[in-house]
Amino acid sequence: MSAWILLAIIVGSTVTADLLQSFEMKRHGEIRFRTGGMGRLAATLARKKFLILAILCMAVSFFAFMKLVETTDLSFAVPASAASLVLETILARIVLRERVDSRRWWGACLVAFGVALVAR
Amino acid sequence: MLFDRRLKWKTRLFAAIVVASNALGNFFLARGMRHLSTSPRSPLAFIQAIFTPWVALGITLLIVWLLSRMALLSWADLSYVLPVTSLGYVANAAMGHYFLDERVTLQRWAGTLLIVAGTVLVGRSVSNAGEPA
Repeated sequence: MSAWILLAIIVGSTVTADLLQSFEMKRHGEIRFRTGGMGRLAATLARKKFLILAILCMAVSFFAFMKLVETTDLSFAVPASAASLVLETILARIVLRERVDSRRWWGACLVAFGVALVAR
Repeated sequence: MLFDRRLKWKTRLFAAIVVASNALGNFFLARGMRHLSTSPRSPLAFIQAIFTPWVALGITLLIVWLLSRMALLSWADLSYVLPVTSLGYVANAAMGHYFLDERVTLQRWAGTLLIVAGTVLVGRSVSNAGEPA
């Protein structure tokens, strides 16, 4: 399988997983760490359907990534997979209705441009 | 005030854990995958590869990355978490260059500096995590 097909699988499944994960974790609320409460927290999180779906998407992304780092440079594979960043920032604004100020937009654009250069 | 400061330091600590565990996890994963006796071509072969020492270490660190990132996302915006933790891309490029003998061109390093610049810009923006403006 070519590196670009693997990359497309990684980007698509990562974007889906991040959106689902962020949505479900926000719905759950801030996690506070208390001794003895971690088991209960894990049990609660294991029942969140969007979180389970997010983890499945991450598994798809991970196996594609395993194959990609086997055949290409790590210094290419990791930055190239960040092609999802701009798409995710846009979707965070549209789907998750997060407030994204202009500095964050410009920052995300710079990061994306840098990632594009690194990946070439 | 005390709550804001606690949340600010908690956010920074978790961002650092996310970056470090991602870079080290990817490094050990790449090292392990390149040292397999045969290239995995079936789902079973991939599962067998998971239990080789270097790949297993890489996956353990990536699980730490996943859990710390999930915790961070429970109080910080995705649009804040994504660019800040993108420092991991720089760390990954450095790992490839110094420890995996990869040829990282000047163009790739220039891209890396752009990523850092973008990250600084995002770090100066306002977030709902108590991070400073």
